[in-house]
Amino acid sequence: MEYFLELFAGGLTRGSIYALIALGYTMVYGIIELINFAHGEIYMIGAFTALIVSSVLAMSGMSGVSALVLASIVAVVYASAYGFTVEKIAYKPLRRAPRLSPLISAIGMSIFLQNYVLLAQTPDFLPFPNLLPELPLPEAFGNIIGSTELIILLTTAVIMGGLTLVIKFTKMGKAMRATAQDRDMAMLVGINVNRVISNTFVIGSALAAVGGILIASHVGRVNFFIGFIAGIKAFTAAVLGGIGSIPGAVLGGLVLGLTESFATGYVSSDYEDVFAFALLIVILILRPTGLLGRAAAPKV
Amino acid sequence: MKKIWFTRIRIIAALALFCIPTAPSAGQAAESVRLGIAGAHSGDLASYGIPSLRAAELVVKDINAKGGILGRKVELRVEDDACKPEVATNTATKLVSEGIKVVMGHICSGATKAALGIYRDAKVIVMSPSATNPELTQSGEYPNFYRTIASDDAQARLEVDFAIGVLKARKIAVLHDKGDYGKGLAEHARKFIKASGKAKVVLYEGVTPGAVDYAAVVQKIRRAETDTVLFGGYHPEAALIVTQMRKKNMKTFFVSDDGVKDETFIKVAGKYAEGVYATGPRDVSKNPLAIAANDTHKKNYGTEPGAFFLNAYTATQALLNAIQKAGSENYENTGKALRTNYVNTPLGKIRFDKRGDAVGVGFSIYQVRKGFYTEVK
Repeated sequence: MEYFLELFAGGLTRGSIYALIALGYTMVYGIIELINFAHGEIYMIGAFTALIVSSVLAMSGMSGVSALVLASIVAVVYASAYGFTVEKIAYKPLRRAPRLSPLISAIGMSIFLQNYVLLAQTPDFLPFPNLLPELPLPEAFGNIIGSTELIILLTTAVIMGGLTLVIKFTKMGKAMRATAQDRDMAMLVGINVNRVISNTFVIGSALAAVGGILIASHVGRVNFFIGFIAGIKAFTAAVLGGIGSIPGAVLGGLVLGLTESFATGYVSSDYEDVFAFALLIVILILRPTGLLGRAAAPKV
Repeated sequence: MKKIWFTRIRIIAALALFCIPTAPSAGQAAESVRLGIAGAHSGDLASYGIPSLRAAELVVKDINAKGGILGRKVELRVEDDACKPEVATNTATKLVSEGIKVVMGHICSGATKAALGIYRDAKVIVMSPSATNPELTQSGEYPNFYRTIASDDAQARLEVDFAIGVLKARKIAVLHDKGDYGKGLAEHARKFIKASGKAKVVLYEGVTPGAVDYAAVVQKIRRAETDTVLFGGYHPEAALIVTQMRKKNMKTFFVSDDGVKDETFIKVAGKYAEGVYATGPRDVSKNPLAIAANDTHKKNYGTEPGAFFLNAYTATQALLNAIQKAGSENYENTGKALRTNYVNTPLGKIRFDKRGDAVGVGFSIYQVRKGFYTEVK
């Protein structure tokens, strides 16, 4: 039983990181039907920025929670700025182009950002300081779920709750939902669609940056390539949950994380990815729109 | 009649044209000895390849300063394979098509294996400073291949003997990164553990390189009440597994290979790296030639040399020595010279056996102590 709980906790932790990144994919897809492949790179840039800022802070003698908060704020703002700029440079000019064009542009952006960090920083792995505070947990409990894992879970839960509230109850959230339903109609009733799209990119990038900081300080290292695999997995999670659906992205992330954890724990880590993608295929066969996705009526 | 004259002139003119490009080749003796250098000079495994490139540059600089070999200057022809098999075949084709007869490289086993067939068919001698996959020499498929590093099963043998004999391991988890190098090593380790009869393999698994974390694998290691983990693979995965194990307060011994015996591992795993064992080439720090080679590196680049520097230094010296003994880059004669002549190198006095493995080169066990790999006596 304890073993089951350990795997469950590990799977939830990994799953909530997937979910944080998957939200960015799914929000962007919901609004402009684009798979933003550069999203994984935003996650990586978030982690790198936090590393640089926290190193500078550590040199000036600041550490602990204040350093974590400051580094996180800078990283989130910086990564959001990247998300905003990527949209303006690579996707906005292609808004009226065939759907394939922005997709190719997204892949190009992803490769560009990876190589940019590779050249501007380093090809090596860098140690990432343990920014998350160590909570004194009782030992039996701590074996099942470590304090950093607990922090990751709580942060993710709070962020997701907040996001749901924003989308449900604020004016911006309402505008986002309207734009997702019908962009032309939203424009006709006076919604500034360009601003809504920018907002979506900024929010998605901020979430990815938070994910990047959390996982980097959990595993203690970053390099320019971490965004690629995390991005692919998060994209899988978004499709699994139903791309375009926000609760779907969260559910998809958690299901994917748990599947991987249990596959490793009870079968073999050799088959971790096999199980994850087999699950994806089965779910897509049974529910082609994903777990919580709705079949979109063709827009006339 | 006039027409025939014209035709003759034209033929002569055409023949003359053909002659022009061949004329300078009369002075071929002055042409330089070209040595191909192939390996990872970019990408995330560049830290394995760059030191080899520098080693070759330093040896060649030294030799050219003394007038070269056979009265000819030595010239390097450098190609990057990024440690990727699919790139390595292109690298090999490129070097072969340029008429390179001797290559020092490649760095990673997978890339080396992919490239070797191309070199063999073109009768090019290849010497790797770092490719440790046993098959490369033991299969007998590549008579053109030599190396200045002991093969993986030598490392696996040493790791298993050390784990069982010194650490008194009884329940061993063997992990690998599913790559040619790591999995090969893990296979050998499992075989040796079974053959010893003294310890059990409680877990044998491949982990996915680049995964977000390894929490589930670490839980599995703990559940199996493992006392020692043997890991075959490179430092990025090892650093993550060790970090997660220590964060879970596990005291399990961690024994790995020379893919982990890298400064980056200590830098990334930090305090969690302490106590980790890794096999690596035998300590040659007392060898005056090795001291001299390291000093040249420090003088030229201002830092300590990285992984496989001395192996590459030795490989370059051995190749150039053999060419000198053979009198040319001729495939048969150079190969024979490599096998018969001992040469004094930073790794000691070595020659190569029939399969292409270096005689007199081996491994030691190292442990991370206070942030440095220290040889365990």
